[in-house]
Amino acid sequence: MSADDVFVLIEGAATSEVPAHRIEELTAGGDRPVAVDHEERVAYLGVAAATRSAALASLEAPDFALPDLAGRVHTLAEQRGRKVLLVVWASW
Amino acid sequence: MISEELGGLGLTVITVALDKSADDARPWIEAARPSHPSLIDPLHVLADLYHVVNVPTIVWIDERARIVRPNDVAFGTDTFKHITGLESAKPLAALRAWVRGEAPAFTETEIRALQPLPTRDDQQARAEFALGEWLVRQGRAGAAARHFARAGDLAPHDFTIRRGTMPLRGIDPMGPEFRRMLSEWTAAGHPYYRPLPDTRG
Repeated sequence: MSADDVFVLIEGAATSEVPAHRIEELTAGGDRPVAVDHEERVAYLGVAAATRSAALASLEAPDFALPDLAGRVHTLAEQRGRKVLLVVWASW
Repeated sequence: MISEELGGLGLTVITVALDKSADDARPWIEAARPSHPSLIDPLHVLADLYHVVNVPTIVWIDERARIVRPNDVAFGTDTFKHITGLESAKPLAALRAWVRGEAPAFTETEIRALQPLPTRDDQQARAEFALGEWLVRQGRAGAAARHFARAGDLAPHDFTIRRGTMPLRGIDPMGPEFRRMLSEWTAAGHPYYRPLPDTRG
């Protein structure tokens, strides 16, 4: 990896361009998972197990915002005051 | 449908499809014609937030947005009972009792004991999955395959990755490669579905 290399860094739905040394810094330290493809010069910065575990252990249901088939975004928060049955499925 | 039956009693059903695109989930959703939110999650945002490793997975959430029954396996019908060995009657009865206020959900101590939490490898696998998914969308399927394989190695119990990426890899998720993966997994003594203890049919 040359110091002049530029990587695409993805975090959730956001992307940015960063110098290669930034990827090295991210993979060298910290709790957050980093998936790197050196050939494609792209990396994904995930969320630490400790962060996710702490959120789930709090028993507060994590909010989310996801689209339906028509593209309309729905959140968990808008259901506050009602019970929710969350069903995760897939066509596979 | 359960959402119509219990909607007036204060229950909202939200379904989330871990499919690679809305078009993969569309025929199923249009056939069901649901009145409740039916959402699409190709990036597995929900799988990451709730540590979902297979489908179907259900979670009960109360009026204060607290998890009161963590990740469980339940089917709404007995259509697949001959394959899964799981009956719908018991989890549906439990759901009705909770919504009607006839029976409480779990205590906090029980929920904490049953709530699965992700490991570092689980989260590294999710990052590898997310990178692979992004590469597929850039037309870089060959590069993506490396990351899907690594994700599967890191989290072999995560079928949202091992099976869920099959359509992204051009593999039939109901076909011989899935059946081989499943038989190897179960032959090693691992269950494919992990329902909570009290919902075993």
